[in-house]
Amino acid sequence: MVLKIFFPQCCNTADSGLLVGHWIPGHNSAVVLAVIHYPFIPGQVKKYLSQMQSQSEVDLTVLGSWSMPKEGKEGMDSFLKDLSTIFPQKCWLQLSREIGKRGFTCQVVQNNGKLVQDREQKNGDDSGEEDKIIFVHYDQRKVMLSQLHPVQEISQKSDTEPSELRLVFQTVAQSQPLFFLDKYDDGPLKLTHWQSEGREASIIAELLKQASVPVCIFLTWLLSLWHWFCSFRILHFRPVLFISSKLSTCVQSGYRAVHFKTVFSPQRAATHMDFMRKANIFVSFLVDIALGLLLVSWLYRENRISKLANTLVPVADRVAKELQELLEWLMGAPAGLKMNRALDQVLGRFFLYHIHLWISYIHLMSPFIERILWYVGLSACLGLTFALSILSDIVALLTFHIYCFYVYGARLYCLKIYGLSSLWRLFRGKKWNVLRQRVDSCSYDLDQLFIGTLLFTILLFLLPTTALYYLVFTLLRLVVVLFQGVIHLSVDFINSFPLFAIGLRICRPYRLAEGVKFKVLCEEPGTPLHLMMEINPIKCSSVLQCYRTPTYSCYPKDSWSALCKKLFVGELIYPWKQKTTKTD
Amino acid sequence: MAEEEFTDINGNSISLDCQTHSAFCREFTVTSPKLSLRKVMVYTCFIWLFAYAIFFFTENTAVLSSAILLTLAGMMIHIHFVKVDHETLLIIGSLGVQLSSSYASGRESTTFIEMSKLKDIVINEAVYMHSIIYYLCILIKDPAEPETVTSVVPLFQSSKPRLNCLVQVYRSCQEILAQTR
Repeated sequence: MVLKIFFPQCCNTADSGLLVGHWIPGHNSAVVLAVIHYPFIPGQVKKYLSQMQSQSEVDLTVLGSWSMPKEGKEGMDSFLKDLSTIFPQKCWLQLSREIGKRGFTCQVVQNNGKLVQDREQKNGDDSGEEDKIIFVHYDQRKVMLSQLHPVQEISQKSDTEPSELRLVFQTVAQSQPLFFLDKYDDGPLKLTHWQSEGREASIIAELLKQASVPVCIFLTWLLSLWHWFCSFRILHFRPVLFISSKLSTCVQSGYRAVHFKTVFSPQRAATHMDFMRKANIFVSFLVDIALGLLLVSWLYRENRISKLANTLVPVADRVAKELQELLEWLMGAPAGLKMNRALDQVLGRFFLYHIHLWISYIHLMSPFIERILWYVGLSACLGLTFALSILSDIVALLTFHIYCFYVYGARLYCLKIYGLSSLWRLFRGKKWNVLRQRVDSCSYDLDQLFIGTLLFTILLFLLPTTALYYLVFTLLRLVVVLFQGVIHLSVDFINSFPLFAIGLRICRPYRLAEGVKFKVLCEEPGTPLHLMMEINPIKCSSVLQCYRTPTYSCYPKDSWSALCKKLFVGELIYPWKQKTTKTD
Repeated sequence: MAEEEFTDINGNSISLDCQTHSAFCREFTVTSPKLSLRKVMVYTCFIWLFAYAIFFFTENTAVLSSAILLTLAGMMIHIHFVKVDHETLLIIGSLGVQLSSSYASGRESTTFIEMSKLKDIVINEAVYMHSIIYYLCILIKDPAEPETVTSVVPLFQSSKPRLNCLVQVYRSCQEILAQTR
């Protein structure tokens, strides 16, 4: 069997000492985590290791000895051999490196004292014992910080055994307590690991960490106030609930409240996925606010709000005028089609009266519009998503008359279609059996047939008029729905895009690992195989797939064919279905 | 180190390079023929003449500049994403198998498959249009269910060497797999 030793790059030039690490169970491999230098007291080493073991839950043991003779110092070979008796192991590794050579040599001593490998004494005849040791060099800091994907949490009980590489990554990540003391500290033991290369810290990061806990507590308290406010009885009446579920602003604010609850909780994130989710929500919230403030600063400069308000009323007027002209056109002979004059006039006048009412209301509101817009524009400080949601709601309110027309036209058309289909069945002598949900034959009386046929003809000849009105108003409604849909999509995008994860992938690609890459280091004859293990980062598309924040995203309820069928029959369409529960 | 003359399934000549790093570690590199200058010149001249002909009729200089930009962008995309320079298979006994493709622009894309996931390396036959081609592939298994093959990863997909080259690689790999299983 091949013995694999994972050796950290930082210990390549360490002084002689003891190797501390972990044997991977089930695979014939060992991970070296640190080197303890001479002089040391074996009792203290054992005590320190058991202390570290309880803190980090990693089974740390002394793996063997490391010998790097400096100039002028004698080799400690005999001393090293004696150490194996002090720290009884199943397998004792003796690694040594000579100055000027790049490769290591390794001798493995089994428990019964038998020397398994001995490079110096390789006989001429091949007894079949070729060197079966691989040294895998790894960058300790990067492997410690990295997370292998697909993410499997340590606490999860999965039926499959984690693979060897995953165990290596987990071991290094969990041994953080071991890396606190190093050879420059005044402790009883002198260790070398990645911190010995130069400890890096940032005062700002430390200050932020200290300040974050009280800030989180304060913000959680504010959030609880908001929840208490929302739990008022008056806000739970049916009409209020109904309106608030339709207004996208309320939906967005509820959604943000849920986000804040995740982000501002004072506990540390336990797992990697929780941490990434918190970070993503926080960063996207900050970006949202920044964009919102940018929008506010642009909007309030040069008196744009009043300009906007001044153009709003003429625009509404213009839309109403266009609708009026459209109705006049329909009441005449639209596209050369001949309409039923009476029905045409009735429908046309009905809708014209609605438009007249609407315009009166707009004119009534016009002095207050500037003030209202000014305050509403300030709400963009809460984020760009808020501003977009408010825009969507304003558009919905301003085009309410189009929505009403669509509903009237659709209902009329729907009734007509149902009447026609039922009378058509009568025409052919059949009937809809409600009990059996099927079409049965039926014998009608003569007067039933007579009246039925009359009504059928009337409805049939009135069909083109109603159908045309329905078509026109459905198209208008679809245009408005399309515009609102685009706004919703962009709000959704801002909510769910994992900015932090993408930033991490670009700036610190070793943190998100898909796998590893091996490179063969140039070998010298007489040394075992040396490989360099580097981290292979995941693709950007996998980042998006894995770390997308789940949203309430409005997906179309029906497929295209179902939508077309509904349009044809005249059923009211609600293209956006809001998912009330979050689904991944 | 061994280099011999092989061809791929279309008849272009490729080269195979075997490096033995140790008794249980071998590296195979299959190098495809490089981008031929003649083809590049022919394509560029064709596109530019076509653009000039359109310009002659429409008198719009945007056609010419867009043709230039298109050619440049197309060439960059081709050498960065499409044209594979060499493909490498590194097999390390009891650790795993690493596949790497190196593109003409220098970009490398690497995958590592651990030994616990690797069931076997085999040569498969495939019927492609009117011909039967051979390809080397790795059978992947789920460590929990060692008997079922969950997926198949074909090797040397861009260079597509012929059977004689594949047999050499196959024999070397099987030696290592037999030793270190």
